Amino acid sequence: MSSKVATMRDAVAELVRDGDTVAIEGFTHLISFAAGHEIIRQRRRDLVLARMTPDLIYDQMVAAGVARRLVFSWLGNPGVGGLNAIRRVTEGANATLELEEYSHFGMVARYAAGAANLPFMPLRSYFETDLPKVNPRIRPIESPYGDGVVYAVPPLRPDVTVIHAQRADASGNTQVWGLLGSQKEAAFAAERVIVVVEELVDEAVVRADPNRTIIPGIIVDAVVVEPWGAHPSYVQGHYDRDNRFYRDWDPISRDAAATEAWLRDWVYDLDGRAAYAEKLGVERLAALRPSGPAPSGVVDYGEYR
Amino acid sequence: MAQPKGPAPDAVPAGAGAGAPAFSKSEMMIVAAARELAGQRVCFVGVGLPNIAVNLAKRTVAPEMELVYEAGVFGAEPARLPLSIGDPTIVTGATAVVSMWELFAYYLQGGLVDVGFLGAAQIDRFGNINTTVIGDYAAPKTRLPGSGGACEIAINARQIFVIMRQSARSFVERIDFRTSPGNLGGAAKAERIRREQGWLGRGPSVVVTDLGIWHFDEDGEMRLDALHPGATLEEVRATIGWEPKVSPALAVTPAPTAAELRLIREELDPDGMYTK
Repeated sequence: MSSKVATMRDAVAELVRDGDTVAIEGFTHLISFAAGHEIIRQRRRDLVLARMTPDLIYDQMVAAGVARRLVFSWLGNPGVGGLNAIRRVTEGANATLELEEYSHFGMVARYAAGAANLPFMPLRSYFETDLPKVNPRIRPIESPYGDGVVYAVPPLRPDVTVIHAQRADASGNTQVWGLLGSQKEAAFAAERVIVVVEELVDEAVVRADPNRTIIPGIIVDAVVVEPWGAHPSYVQGHYDRDNRFYRDWDPISRDAAATEAWLRDWVYDLDGRAAYAEKLGVERLAALRPSGPAPSGVVDYGEYR
Repeated sequence: MAQPKGPAPDAVPAGAGAGAPAFSKSEMMIVAAARELAGQRVCFVGVGLPNIAVNLAKRTVAPEMELVYEAGVFGAEPARLPLSIGDPTIVTGATAVVSMWELFAYYLQGGLVDVGFLGAAQIDRFGNINTTVIGDYAAPKTRLPGSGGACEIAINARQIFVIMRQSARSFVERIDFRTSPGNLGGAAKAERIRREQGWLGRGPSVVVTDLGIWHFDEDGEMRLDALHPGATLEEVRATIGWEPKVSPALAVTPAPTAAELRLIREELDPDGMYTK
């Protein structure tokens, strides 16, 4: 199969367009900050940004002016506080960013409906809450089998889904371990898929452990090799979450000028992730390595001829 | 950064006699919440204060309890207290790591969760919770995080525990937005609706604050059953938006033990992220 390996610059230039619905998924784990920063650098506009937890990456992208709407289910900096750049454009009279809000189950159900080519997904949630009142896309539906009402959410079909992974081969067969979030559903639901990896591996590595493959290369458009591409989020087995950055972002993001300066120093003035990692420094990065190994046991798939 | 710290500025004198350790209101709240989990089998751990309370329970009163994290982990064995609830430490050594679709559809909606442990920005007397906005939804005074998994946890976990600090802004007569349903307008209506709509949950059963422990009475309304050492009924009334029901057999919460305080200060929260 032909190689889909591309630079981040080329992948974003070719696959992410103004006005697109973009899902950079990954629940705390494996968030592609590298792709988000490249989208900022290429000054995309009017994006609908979908993510269960917008996290710092969407706070930065909203601050940089790429978004017109946010589709989400939990809007915060976990353990620290709010997402201040997003708050600036969603509170009071300055509420210019459109919000489309679900619960976590609602968001994963939307991706699952999109992935499975269904008109909606039913779920037992939203009863007696105000969420359906402020989001008319969340609707009650009578079971066709006569056993009561459930709620339905519509499919979410991103124009582009970006996921970060430990490894993939050149044709985009992608393997992940650790928290899986909703990446599989978000990728299968999308029109175009960018996979960003810590490590490019031979196809034989994937075939030796097929249970670990979350998406096949057939749905992948580009494979970008970008070590440290998920920082300050983390990659299980490679590097830890940089909680210091999550705390540091709080005072930076409270101040519009400081946010702008940060974007200049860490996004606009850098030409990519390698420069970002170099700027972070060897010491900072080394401190994020796991404190020790915790290898999985090896399983034997057996040979059958 | 990581050296053990003394009591926080809100420290209250210990009520357990001479020689007992001093502790802060936050530490008392976390300890009281953890003790409520004795005997529970499967607990869905919410972001923030629930995370430290549940991890303390796992190390004290409920070592066999299975911790469920919405990030997709069943049977977590965290070796450190995670700042976020998606930390790598909840993965290594866990029983199962699954997609969030599986976690919410099969584990939660499938009925495996005994206790959903939530935080809240606002709560009313019937245990209905707001974590979405303060003020009007379209132009809010404060935009809060929203539901996360709380909405479906409140509906599908067998019972709900809440941990939150008490204040006139958080314990309110009317919440600004109902993110997660509690006992709605009272027990009778809530029971009927849960039955008709096939909810798995029976609703809230305990709210632990920095002042005391509340359970829910036969009307589905919060009732103060215990005051923490040093806390007074006047403080409780000054930090609540309605006239609270108080148990005729109002107890005093046993003060934190030295062992509980050591776990919080040295193992779970050495930087004081949760307890300051």
